[in-house]
Amino acid sequence: MSETLAAPVTVSRSLWADARIRLFRNKAAVASLFVLIFMGLLAIFGPMFSPHQYERVYTEYVRVPASLSAYPKPDQIAPAVERIAARIRAQIEKQEIIGGSVRVTLVSPRAIDERNLAFFGRSDLFQGSNVIERADEGRKLVIDAPIRWRTFLFGTDGNGRDLFTRTLIAGRVSLAIGLLATGVALLIGVIYGATAGYLGGRIDTVMMRIVDILYALPFIFFVIMLVVFFGRNFILMFLAVGAIEWLDMARIVRGQTLSIKRQEYVQAAEALGVTSGGILKRHIIPNTLGPVVVYMTLLVPKVILLESFLSFLGLGVQEPMTSWGVLIADGARNIQNAEWLLFFPALFLVSTLFALNFLGDGLRDALDPKDR
Amino acid sequence: MCCGVGHWRTAMLSYILRRLVSALPTLFVVVTLSFFLIRLAPGGPFDLEQPLEAKVMENLNRIYKLDRPLIEQYWLYLSHLATGDFGPSFYARDFTVAELLSRGLPVSITIGGLALLLALAIGIVLGTIAAFRQNHAADYSVMVFATFGITIPTFVVAPVLQIVFGLMLAWLPVGGWNNGHVRNLILPVVALALPQIAVVARMIRASMIEALRSNHIRTLRSQGLPRSTIALHALRGAMLPVVSYMGPAAAALLTGSVVIETIFGLPGVGRYFVEGALNRDYTLVMGTVVMVAVFVLVFNLIVDILYALLDPRVRYDT
Repeated sequence: MSETLAAPVTVSRSLWADARIRLFRNKAAVASLFVLIFMGLLAIFGPMFSPHQYERVYTEYVRVPASLSAYPKPDQIAPAVERIAARIRAQIEKQEIIGGSVRVTLVSPRAIDERNLAFFGRSDLFQGSNVIERADEGRKLVIDAPIRWRTFLFGTDGNGRDLFTRTLIAGRVSLAIGLLATGVALLIGVIYGATAGYLGGRIDTVMMRIVDILYALPFIFFVIMLVVFFGRNFILMFLAVGAIEWLDMARIVRGQTLSIKRQEYVQAAEALGVTSGGILKRHIIPNTLGPVVVYMTLLVPKVILLESFLSFLGLGVQEPMTSWGVLIADGARNIQNAEWLLFFPALFLVSTLFALNFLGDGLRDALDPKDR
Repeated sequence: MCCGVGHWRTAMLSYILRRLVSALPTLFVVVTLSFFLIRLAPGGPFDLEQPLEAKVMENLNRIYKLDRPLIEQYWLYLSHLATGDFGPSFYARDFTVAELLSRGLPVSITIGGLALLLALAIGIVLGTIAAFRQNHAADYSVMVFATFGITIPTFVVAPVLQIVFGLMLAWLPVGGWNNGHVRNLILPVVALALPQIAVVARMIRASMIEALRSNHIRTLRSQGLPRSTIALHALRGAMLPVVSYMGPAAAALLTGSVVIETIFGLPGVGRYFVEGALNRDYTLVMGTVVMVAVFVLVFNLIVDILYALLDPRVRYDT
């Protein structure tokens, strides 16, 4: 027999590999994944490369609009020079902008104290000042003050802080709260749900009855109460949020567990004498992960929104730290005269939540066995 | 085995009774938990920037019975509550908590109720259209709108509505209650309803697509019935997830939204909880918690009853 038929190649794919292929076929989900990765990198590394500190106050740049070109704008320079001249107690005879610096001629009835020229250096607009020419026994000075160029991509807030850097720092806080609270909810919910579902019987009834009672509690009230009463502690906040969001997770996992524990491989493990804890860890929990992952991607935006709601009430993250919720609440108050304060943080928040939602939908479709 | 209408009715009645009785322990847990949580918190209702004289403080504490042991205060509160007495407010002097709640509730119920109806009406229509036109332009636009509705926080939408319709176009008042004038209601109701519209539309779309694939709908289609009839039949099954979502959501809407009431300056009950908690107004916080818990319990019961009416497979005999 020289001829051999090529055996049909069947590559068996695991549930996860299958889901991954289906997920990557979903354009919205892939785009969302990229948006999220980009947001994460921006939030983690962005502030390190930003020329501004997030808490640095520029008193002369309060609420300046977003702009790609650098500040100061030409019409800001003359008033700034006038303010400094007034402090030095001198009149401006002439001022002109030459290249990147301002040349000012100051006159005064008395000799000008040159120590006062330090006001130029203290201003947000100038790097310092050099005296080029002295005349009239120091009553007339020609000064060259190099301009300090600063870019405020997203403008500045009501305290004169760079909104771009603040938005990135806020992203760090909001994403961290979202992920950590979800992590807490995941931990409690999965363990609780899997235990209830696997042990079954009376224990299951009691455990789920507790969940039912907890469902009836006005939980948002308990979060507010915890936050109001026990300090606006960052860590406590997401612990509290995570501690209230595990209920749905527990129900989902319990439902999954009930069907998984009747599978042959679980019975086989039982017959081999594996302990309950071992079966839970090795067989039940890994197999409940599909719906759990989907629920997680939908829980993160929920938590971020909850945090922003608390921040709107003034119960969230405290100044000078900030979060998207804090920035948006601030922007909503200034919407009439400084719309960029609302626009940029809202853009970041909404695009992140959008991406998370689309990713969640994509994952649900990818993991849904009915759709295969 | 036989299930006559009369039998069904008595079964339902006894079910409702049993549910109401079993709601009492839940209410008790809620009251107990919140009572001790508040009392554990640092600070008290009479803490001012400048502390009161010790003698005055002592008198105040005696009048409000705050000097008694905590357990005794707890029993006092429970026994008063059992007779329907919420006690006096600590912060809004001269008002009882019951007075405050009965003043604010009509406002919150009006706004929340209208938002609820609006959300159901528009959400169901949008969701049904999206399901019938699955993967077409109409479907995509509904889904994009719904995702926006879910992701944009109310406190962003509300000021934008105020600016656009209140200031730029000057069609509607920016805020205020004005004795519930229709023009004052529109903006808050729309702002409150938007995220709910989005959620309802998404849920209806998903369950409608499933319902349209089911055998009984296929039969209707093969009989050549008009689309509207098919939609109505499919809707009955597709409503189930929405009904169970709407229970807690309705309770939350009707008991007022802090955000909406703050932004539009409405005298509802939504603000009471946060204000009460910040001022350590113990009785007001407790009163609000009890009110919300009662709403949640009642609406969960309504949900279960609606379930039985919508889904003939659900029985409450056991």
